[in-house]
Amino acid sequence: MSLLALPYWQETAIKLGLALAVIPATSLILVYLFLFKMMAFMQSRLGPNDTGPYGSLQLIAEAIKFLQKEDIHPAQADRRVFRMAPVVVLASTFLLYVVLPVGPDAVVQNLDTGVFYAMAVSSLSVLGILMAGWASANKYALLGGLRAAGQLIAYELPLILAVMGVVIQAETLNLQGIVVAQATGEIFGFGAIGNPFILTQFFAFLIFMISAQAELTQTPFDMPVAETELVGGFHIEYTGFRFLLFFMAEFGTAFAFSALASVMFLGGWWIPGFDVDDNVLNVLGPGVMLAKILLIAFFIFWVRFTFPRLREDQLQKFAWKVLIPLALANIVLTGIFKVVF
Amino acid sequence: MGDQPTPAQTPPTDEEREGLLAELSESLGEILVDSHLRPHEDLWLRVKAQNWQDAARTAKAAGFTYFGFLSAIDWLIAPEGRYEDTEFDSGLVEEDEEPVELDASTGYGGGDTRFQLLMQLYSLDRQLGLLLKADLGEDMTVDTLRDLFPGADWHEREAHEMFGITFRGHPTLQPLYLPTDFEGHPLRKDFPLLARQVKPWPGVVDIENIPEHLEAQLEAEVMAAFEAEEGEA
Amino acid sequence: MTATSDREQMAYVDAQAADARVNVELDTGDMTLNIGPQHPATHGTLRIACRLDGEQVIVAEPIMGYMHRGYEKLCEVRTYPQCTTLINRIDWLGSFANEVPFILAAERLMEVEAPPRAQWIRTILFELSRIANLSLFLGDMGVQIGALTPVFFAFRDRERVLNQIEEVTGGRFHPNFNRIGGLKDDIPKGWVDETRSVMVKMRTFCDEMEDLLVGNEIFQARCRGVGVIPADVALGHGLSGANLRASGIDWDLRRDANPGLAWDQIDWRVWTHPDGDSFARYWVRLQETREATRIVDQLLDGIPSGPIMAKVPRIIKVPAGEAYISTENPLGEMGYYIVSKGDLGPFRVKIRTPSFNNISVVPWVMKGVYVPDVITILGSLYFILGDIDR
Repeated sequence: MSLLALPYWQETAIKLGLALAVIPATSLILVYLFLFKMMAFMQSRLGPNDTGPYGSLQLIAEAIKFLQKEDIHPAQADRRVFRMAPVVVLASTFLLYVVLPVGPDAVVQNLDTGVFYAMAVSSLSVLGILMAGWASANKYALLGGLRAAGQLIAYELPLILAVMGVVIQAETLNLQGIVVAQATGEIFGFGAIGNPFILTQFFAFLIFMISAQAELTQTPFDMPVAETELVGGFHIEYTGFRFLLFFMAEFGTAFAFSALASVMFLGGWWIPGFDVDDNVLNVLGPGVMLAKILLIAFFIFWVRFTFPRLREDQLQKFAWKVLIPLALANIVLTGIFKVVF
Repeated sequence: MGDQPTPAQTPPTDEEREGLLAELSESLGEILVDSHLRPHEDLWLRVKAQNWQDAARTAKAAGFTYFGFLSAIDWLIAPEGRYEDTEFDSGLVEEDEEPVELDASTGYGGGDTRFQLLMQLYSLDRQLGLLLKADLGEDMTVDTLRDLFPGADWHEREAHEMFGITFRGHPTLQPLYLPTDFEGHPLRKDFPLLARQVKPWPGVVDIENIPEHLEAQLEAEVMAAFEAEEGEA
Repeated sequence: MTATSDREQMAYVDAQAADARVNVELDTGDMTLNIGPQHPATHGTLRIACRLDGEQVIVAEPIMGYMHRGYEKLCEVRTYPQCTTLINRIDWLGSFANEVPFILAAERLMEVEAPPRAQWIRTILFELSRIANLSLFLGDMGVQIGALTPVFFAFRDRERVLNQIEEVTGGRFHPNFNRIGGLKDDIPKGWVDETRSVMVKMRTFCDEMEDLLVGNEIFQARCRGVGVIPADVALGHGLSGANLRASGIDWDLRRDANPGLAWDQIDWRVWTHPDGDSFARYWVRLQETREATRIVDQLLDGIPSGPIMAKVPRIIKVPAGEAYISTENPLGEMGYYIVSKGDLGPFRVKIRTPSFNNISVVPWVMKGVYVPDVITILGSLYFILGDIDR
């Protein structure tokens, strides 16, 4: 916020504080809207409607419930690793929010290698999941952790390759730069709606969404947390506050990935009719972003409630034999188009 | 995938069953002790216990490839009775009535020994069922049928733990239902039903009467509802 | 709808073989994993002790008895109506069907036949309990595979059928309605029309399940070729019901060994599938549910009038003898072998439950499958713990 002209450290501290507050808030919105209400309505039931108007305070009630639970861990668990695992996963979520832009100047840190940083940091969660799976001293958790390791590493590649197409078209790794490229670009001369990459990079969008679904371990890729097989997979032994950390991390990451998708494919905080440097967008931007994030998250959760889950070898086959070749082909095509046109 | 709709197939006639009996009598020869044929019911064959496996093999060769079940009957009358000697049951059973004993020569309704093995098989082609029975000797041992019918594996384990029958050649005759350190064979008639020993059976009538102070009120309500309906009708 | 191609089956077997080679080369150790007794996928307290090599099962052994209630011993001290109350609870999802073979066996020993009206209504309620039972399976199979939504639709639509059963018998889950000689009560006024509309809704439900699950590629990828049971193995183990028909064997006790109920007087068909895998078992049960709704429609059209109960003495003593009757229950073939000595109650009852034989095939079918497939196969074999453990 260059308006306020504060010294660097104070400005960063405010931004960090806001970001830290945003994460539980975003989990709250996502969980309430999609996990409680949308899932319930799709399953022909009501969902929570007691706590607060239309059940909106349910997650706060659950958070308080989790906070007051006893802190137990299995006797044979590796205590330090067991305690650190949810923190690692949540840390990777927090780090992801550092580069998400919600306005022309409203971003915690506008890194020039924004996309690279985001992808790198999001893969830290694999470590946390592996730690949880191993340290729980439970065979189900071990199975879940191993499945997660294979799956999450496998689906990193299509994720990054899909994003490469966007980067080639925007000619920058900077997330703000990608938004600006979409705002100021044109599709074959027609510039009224800019150049949202979802239209020109449609296959990359699909690959990104599928890989994001897998990175978030949502059905149909929820083998690590297969409830009817592994009864919770890698977080089977976690209760109370530690489970709440995993829970927040899952939905916080879902929010973050939806934000990344809306920045890279839907145009981020920009809507047609405004100039890129307009200060009004610093105020409107968060709202616009929220709307686009909810739209993408809607699809993520809709697929989650509808499809059965794939077995891991089918998962891996799908990633290595289908998604990665498609993503590579997409990069090649984008490159050709970029040079030729 | 999916058939042509098949017309309702006529049930097998008694002639077919008698033909089956003749055929099996011939192939079993000496193993067959007796048989019992009731109209429109599965055929009962009583075989010698020491040739149990041969009898099953013959039956399987005759087309009875579908395994139904395998169990046993303990013909001893339970020493504790049926726990029906309460004041409520006294009007139901006449004092001098003895349980009816059937002619047990055919194996139907009784056997020469206390324990009788029972097995049911189906032949899908003939649409006929077959009930094989064998009287177990003192040693309570027969050959296993596991190699002929894989499904007999668990049924024999259950018969072993419930009756104490040993099946020669069965690799894992462990308990199926009961906990590992259970003593005794529950389905034998001399094994008491502990539920009835612990809490005596109150008899046929087992209801709690309406408390007296509410009885009048309940009756008044019922009468009021009845009269309201009568008034409407 | 093609069966799994040979190429797909070879690919599955190749993957398993490759895994086994890796495990041998790396000289890995085995892991014992207990699935159950408390587990969302075992319908109740079934425990399967698996030895795993990585994610492949080497040996899977079911351990039962956590719910053994000793029904056969309990029936020996009860009168016939009291036994009926007990045996309702063997297969608690389609519980009217449990009573029917028992009562029919007792009626056979007494040489009493229930009047035609009672037999028709018995058949209608039998098919309603089949719909109630199988509709839950249709949704539940989705849950085992990971699709959380269809099971809610299943519960919602199943309630309609349970309401119909409740209107006649007074109990949604445990009707306790059969008596020796007929039924306890007649059907109430308006029930026939209501049931007709419920059958229309159940057919819509079956179409929904077909859209949601059968047509889903992921469901097919998870189920096709998984847990193939060839016909001779099925016969040797005594599998029954849809498991048998999904292996290509055309055997249905309603048609082939009808014990006196009304199936031979209406027009219906038996569904089979040649594959014998989990998908075939699901598909057969889906078609059976639809067929059951059509059977009920035809039966509702032709209920004969007459008494609902034959003339039997007030205190029933079944004459001495033995009888075995089995019927095509929702889970498979359920039979009761009653030995009577002329008492108020049976001398010995042997209860032949379908799930006992269905689960006895588990050690054979689970060799070399992956852990997720264990759940798929268990789900597709469809057992109820009360049925296995009695």
